Amino acid sequence: MDIQKAIVLNEKDNVATLLADVDTNSMVQVTVGGSMREFRMRGEIRFGHKFATKKIDKGESVIKYGEPIGRATQDIEEGQHVHVHNVESLRARGDLL
Amino acid sequence: MKISGYTRLDGSIGFRNHIAILTSVGCANDLALKLGRMYPNVLVLTHRQGCSQLGADNDQTFRTLAGLGKNPNIAGVLVVGLGCETIPAERLANEISKTKKMVEYLEFLDDEGLMAAIPKGARILEGMLREASQMTRVPCGMEQLTLGLKCGLSDTTSGITSNPATGVAADMVIESGGRVILSETPELIGAERIVGKRATNRKVEEKLYRMVKEFKERAEASDMDLQEANVAPGNIDGGITTIEEKSLGSIMKGGSKTLQGVIDYGEIPKGKGLFFMDGPGRTPEALTGLNAAGAQIIIFPTGGGSPGGSLISPVIKVTGNPQTAHRLKDHIDVDVSSLIRGEELLEKAGERIFHRLLKVADGELTKSETLGYGSIAVWNIGLLCG
Repeated sequence: MDIQKAIVLNEKDNVATLLADVDTNSMVQVTVGGSMREFRMRGEIRFGHKFATKKIDKGESVIKYGEPIGRATQDIEEGQHVHVHNVESLRARGDLL
Repeated sequence: MKISGYTRLDGSIGFRNHIAILTSVGCANDLALKLGRMYPNVLVLTHRQGCSQLGADNDQTFRTLAGLGKNPNIAGVLVVGLGCETIPAERLANEISKTKKMVEYLEFLDDEGLMAAIPKGARILEGMLREASQMTRVPCGMEQLTLGLKCGLSDTTSGITSNPATGVAADMVIESGGRVILSETPELIGAERIVGKRATNRKVEEKLYRMVKEFKERAEASDMDLQEANVAPGNIDGGITTIEEKSLGSIMKGGSKTLQGVIDYGEIPKGKGLFFMDGPGRTPEALTGLNAAGAQIIIFPTGGGSPGGSLISPVIKVTGNPQTAHRLKDHIDVDVSSLIRGEELLEKAGERIFHRLLKVADGELTKSETLGYGSIAVWNIGLLCG
């Protein structure tokens, strides 16, 4: 199986965004801070979706663009799909002013 | 880093050297269009506002039209009106003339009507065109640049490619001494605290939150549901998890620098660095507001390849969607789809956008300029009261 690619937008991020659909156990390459790393996918994940580039504990912030985009609602393993099933918004709504 | 432009008497620099006809009211558009047909090289700035508006709405229209006339890309302006409107051509011309550029006005109801106004306008435009033709470019620094940012027809690629790459270029403009204006208030909903945290002081931060709140209140008063800006099923399907992630994708085009100030729609900011301008996301109104705030060049990341342009300033279209880059190459100035293919680092793609910006400042035409695509639309925030 070909090695697929993903993008990390900020060195602080703990997720990468996939640039292609990937199958379980496939390997994905990501450049983080100038060096190439490889991750094994834990599940089928689609283009545009995110996977964890390190273990994220329950309650820990999910970081993309160098900013928290939400909180893990369960432990997330490296290479696992990160989405609405295991992340909640810190804002919950857009209007908490 | 040196670029070049046309020196204006108020010390600003134009990266284009336009002569424009600006209407003070929509009812004068026909005169502007007739004169524009006689002089194809003159910008015809028509719109539908300028009368039967009250209070803050009228003030905003005046500020915006004056800002368009003041934009440094314009060397001279002929303001045309009827003479009966709430924004008189004379008042608008007087405000624009504070920049000491060439400004004349015509109010044809107070004179001998439309037929007499045409030769009068023609003579004024002839004189201005001749003057402008004698102006030449001089070297200048990046501190003379006000860069406007606007994204449109965004898709899944925008938040991970064209927007963050534009953000890299925006940071480079600020690092070289320039000014950047980010806008589109509705796309701040959910990310206002993330941008607010970057504010230079508490006052700026509070102003940003107040602006978002007022935008939502105006929408609510019109029975509009801005919660639609929240994460929709289509977003989730595309991989967007939370509202923070969605809004971050949009504001990513503003880069990472300190927020120096928050300005009203069409208000000219004071100082350098990053500013946020209140305003809607709809393309013609957003671009008009940026031009009124003094942006001489605009970078416009797009997923689907929006053709939206501005008459007053070059608009640099950036896409990270490989299909758009290929199919709509006539609309796209910078292709960053290399990011999707994992072939280029974000910083490199941002540098390419920045280098294109320097060339455009020096006179290279953008796709929206060669296509001649653009229109003026002033953001209307009140009821028409007459």
